[in-house]
Amino acid sequence: MAVVETRSLTKVFKEGELGAVNSVNLETREGEFLVFLGPSGSGKTTLLRMIAGLETPTSGEILIGGRVVNELSPRDRRIAMVFQSYALYPHLSVYKNIAFPLKAQKVKKDLHKQKVEWAASLLGIGALLDRKPRELSGGERQRVALARAIVREPAVFLLDEPLSNLDAKLRASAREELERFHRRVGTTTIYVTHDQVEAMAMGDRVLVLNKGVVHQLGTPTEVYDNPADTFVATFLGSPPMNLAELSDVIVGFRPEHFRPVSSVNGEAVAFRFKVENIEYLGSEWIVSGTPASGKLGGQKVFSRLNSAQDLSLGGTYDFAVPQRELKFFDRSTEKRVEPKVVSWQ
Amino acid sequence: MRLSRRIWGKVVHVLVITVFTVLLAFPFYWMVITSFKQNVDLYTMENNPFVFNAKPTLDHLKFLFTETRFVRWLANTTFVGIVVVAITLVLAVPAAYSLARLSGRWGERLGIAIFLTYLVPQTLLFIPLSRVVAYLGLQDSLWALILVYPSFTVPFSIWLLMGFFKSIPKELEDAAMVDGLTRFGAFAKMVIPISTSGILTVVIFTFTLVTQEFVYALTFISSESNQMIGTGIPIFLVRGDVYYWGALMAACLIASLPIAFLYNLFLDRFIAGFTVGAVK
Repeated sequence: MAVVETRSLTKVFKEGELGAVNSVNLETREGEFLVFLGPSGSGKTTLLRMIAGLETPTSGEILIGGRVVNELSPRDRRIAMVFQSYALYPHLSVYKNIAFPLKAQKVKKDLHKQKVEWAASLLGIGALLDRKPRELSGGERQRVALARAIVREPAVFLLDEPLSNLDAKLRASAREELERFHRRVGTTTIYVTHDQVEAMAMGDRVLVLNKGVVHQLGTPTEVYDNPADTFVATFLGSPPMNLAELSDVIVGFRPEHFRPVSSVNGEAVAFRFKVENIEYLGSEWIVSGTPASGKLGGQKVFSRLNSAQDLSLGGTYDFAVPQRELKFFDRSTEKRVEPKVVSWQ
Repeated sequence: MRLSRRIWGKVVHVLVITVFTVLLAFPFYWMVITSFKQNVDLYTMENNPFVFNAKPTLDHLKFLFTETRFVRWLANTTFVGIVVVAITLVLAVPAAYSLARLSGRWGERLGIAIFLTYLVPQTLLFIPLSRVVAYLGLQDSLWALILVYPSFTVPFSIWLLMGFFKSIPKELEDAAMVDGLTRFGAFAKMVIPISTSGILTVVIFTFTLVTQEFVYALTFISSESNQMIGTGIPIFLVRGDVYYWGALMAACLIASLPIAFLYNLFLDRFIAGFTVGAVK
């Protein structure tokens, strides 16, 4: 096991253009499950590929286990990687796929069978060893890719959107399986995704990236409850945090905190709220509309409720946000600032 | 109504296949029957040319193998073919791989440029090339052909293999490199085995081109013992206006059988090799 560290890591693909990754500093913890989260084009995959050694950094350092690895080729970094497409070797059987890293790293031949069987049983694919990759389902392919990654007991796991090719139902179970797998092997893992649900559910910590810049590194609770800036605030959560520009600050509040006034206790900010759309999502309702007056007047605001049966389209109701749930951001830097008193009228 | 339409469809289907089969099999039938016909049978105009009218004979085969250097020509062609295939693979495989992978947008342009050289006709090139051959002192030597043939087999093979290598996902090589191979190792142990169809196509294609090439073989080779199949047969079995039809057909049959056999053996892979990337 090892800690991965990057120091002002930068990757510029085309000279003169903005870097795909800009001066990223991060340090994983021992055995941690760290998620790189960001929209497409945010540089998360480039960052991961630099750590893997598949992409050469323009500047900055990468350390694995305390050693600078910039000059090492991928095979010398003691890493294993699972790719979005799984990248199973199509001409080799499952057994040979899993044994491939052992063979390539010149592990003694008599150990192969035992190690392959260990990895295969860990992932429950012992029965598939004679098949070819094309004869496997998506979920099975993913497990083979994981078995191939784990078989030589790497210091670090790098996973590049490994669930994005699975259908929704399979994705949930595969996610759970991955979590269990990580708990069992305890290897430091870096996981790249654009899916905030995956990031929140699996990550010990989440690194939120956009346009090659780190916006926040924190636990799922930290990034959700205390977003460092408006990007993090709106990227996480579905629907995203409601933002309102009030004089020199941006005030934000989560849809789940914007509720009918009767269900809000303590000090709160109240609005007259005109309901314009109601979506029933089974376990919850998403209500959207516009506050009828004040500085938020006319701006679209979301509310997430357990029940919206008392509300009707076009009606106007009294809603409120508890004072303590308001987040404040600087208007020019969009960074989080201390709460202050603002006028809503 | 619908039933009769289906029957009609079937009839047309069978008809089309029959026409093509007859069309393609006829040359072979003609070669076989002519090879074993007595001259009397061949030259009697009243005879039905499609069947044996007299007893079959082995005279033509005997003539071919004892009175001409046919075996030597076969050996020459095989030798040149194998060497040219080897040279083509050694040059085209790495070139195609690097053009497909490493040089970005310029890879494509260079690939097209290389393919364009393939389109320059041999009838235009044999005069300047004969100067080159003479300068190197390779007149009437099989090495002249070994030197010249790659000039058209290599560009075509590069172009063909580029399409193949492009169809292999880059992630596979990335995975192989993370798993413990060098870039070269990933190329040799991952890319090459996956592209066997493409490489096989190149082998068969190159070999076929070598066996049927005419202009260079005619220009650069003069002595009887150095002839290739494609020149030896017409030069030495057509004397003035005398055609040794029986021996000619026997020679063509023997020369075309191995290639027909090879094609059929790898037909699926051959088609895969030519259509790669066409359907995604």
